Amino acid sequence: MTLKARRRFFMAACLIPGLIMFILFKLYPAMQVFYKSFFLWTGIGDKPKFIGLKNFVDMFHDDVFLLALRNTGFLIVIVPVFTLLIALVNASILTRTKLKEKGIYRTLFFFPSILSFVVIAILWSFIYHPTIGFLNSGMELLGLGDYAMAWLGDSRTVLWALAVTLIWQAAGYYMVIYMAGIDSISPDLYEAAGIDGATPFEQFIHITIPMLWEIIRITIIFSINGVLTISFVIVTIMTAGGPDRHSEVVMTYLYQQAFTNSNFGYAMAIGVFVFVFSVILSLISNKLTERGVS
Amino acid sequence: MSQIQTSAAVPSRKEYKSVKPIIIIRNWLLRIVLIIQALAVVYPLLWNVLASFKTNAEVMESPWSLPKSLHWDNYVRAFTSAKIGDYMLNSVIVVVLSMAMLILMAVPTAYVLGRMRFRGQKLISNIYMAGLFIGAVYIIVPLFILMNDLHMLDNRFWLSAVYATGTLSFSVYLLTGFMKSIPPDFEEAAMIDGCGYFSTLFRIIMPMVRPGIITMVVFSFFDFWNEYVLAMTLVTSDAKKTIPIGLSNLMQVQQFATDWGSLFAGLVIVLIPTVIIYVLLQKKLTEGMMLGGVKG
Repeated sequence: MTLKARRRFFMAACLIPGLIMFILFKLYPAMQVFYKSFFLWTGIGDKPKFIGLKNFVDMFHDDVFLLALRNTGFLIVIVPVFTLLIALVNASILTRTKLKEKGIYRTLFFFPSILSFVVIAILWSFIYHPTIGFLNSGMELLGLGDYAMAWLGDSRTVLWALAVTLIWQAAGYYMVIYMAGIDSISPDLYEAAGIDGATPFEQFIHITIPMLWEIIRITIIFSINGVLTISFVIVTIMTAGGPDRHSEVVMTYLYQQAFTNSNFGYAMAIGVFVFVFSVILSLISNKLTERGVS
Repeated sequence: MSQIQTSAAVPSRKEYKSVKPIIIIRNWLLRIVLIIQALAVVYPLLWNVLASFKTNAEVMESPWSLPKSLHWDNYVRAFTSAKIGDYMLNSVIVVVLSMAMLILMAVPTAYVLGRMRFRGQKLISNIYMAGLFIGAVYIIVPLFILMNDLHMLDNRFWLSAVYATGTLSFSVYLLTGFMKSIPPDFEEAAMIDGCGYFSTLFRIIMPMVRPGIITMVVFSFFDFWNEYVLAMTLVTSDAKKTIPIGLSNLMQVQQFATDWGSLFAGLVIVLIPTVIIYVLLQKKLTEGMMLGGVKG
């Protein structure tokens, strides 16, 4: 073989296995989702029938879908706001102050983000459990027994309860990202601000946040997309969408439409909608945060 | 105005004495906030371990009490009637297979994309980048149908292939960065010494990007070990299910059977490898996050 042919053969051998798998298990299904969302398709043996935009129109007349969309909207606002705020404050405390046991907190806070979502969902199901859960019994010990309730069984609290679980899971992950960012800020800035008399809180607002702004923007987008994905597992195991659909999210509804109701076309239309929705949301968040740089 | 003196700047010796108590109070307030959070992380896990040694009556009685004696039989039941051991074995098989496939695909791909110039390079890089945004739930329906048509369902090998492909985008993205940082002299020297392309990749380059490969392996390990949606959909027979599916089934069953003890024992069994790997690799994990930028 000539040198050129050998080089070509080598490159092909390196690239082709990955590309075949990637096209087969990722790209092709992703294209199928877009294409088949215009079809009525109700089963594996069934032939898909082209119905244009009907699946998308149906979505907006589907009360359950609209409720699921609203619940998802609640989570993708509440969860990133609290997750990122807690992460930012913790990262700031654990880099900017002199506490001897800092390392212990770092290790502990990051731990939930490597736990299986299933383990987290089961654990939190028991935290909220009405009779054997330790949230209620802990409240009784503190004399708040009157406020004890079935956290996951009550339509008023279920979404907040799920939000707390999602925040618990993710805050440590973003904390580590922010800590890396804060470490790369020049210490001179803080020193100069200190000499000018800025309190740690003022330094946080005027140095840490502006200097981290680009990282914060990225983490907002990552966090929104994280909620869309993770909420599927958490909701499936903790509430199955209950009580009475009050914790149904778009991803669980998509799954249910596909694998319980065999509404494949409709399920894929929901997938397309959510995908486009998340891209638009990312773009909006990108645009809104753009001017934040000082 | 004395508040202002609590700044991070080093005060002069004279000021130092008056400032110190404020800093101490502030640090203790911060410490209380941190300890509360630490308890919120640790307590559920500790409670789980305690509950795994309790009888059902004890679990029902009070969630805050200590077990009266250690009921190891919960663990025995988790292995025998709940078949945690079998699920775990399936998970180990799937993780090992997917890891092998991922390394075999990602390292050569990243090498060619990171270090060679050719037509279509940009296109291929962009295709992999796009993959970062295609989550499993979006494509689960066509993936299921495709695998059904190709008779790939309920098969641990093909489940592993889907897993490996799932983290391929991120891995290629991560490793390409490492590949680019190697000076080209190494390859030239290897070629002059008579190394072919393949032996250069495996004998010279791979050892040099080892930190990148380790980061990729650590991250993918947690992804593969914890994966839920794909395993739930693409594996149908009970004998081939992985541990997250086994656990969620166990939870459904035990809610009616009220065998809490063996459910908690099952959770602890799953937690142990995670904790061990975390303790061993915590540094690598957080370093990897800083190297690889952010990952959702």
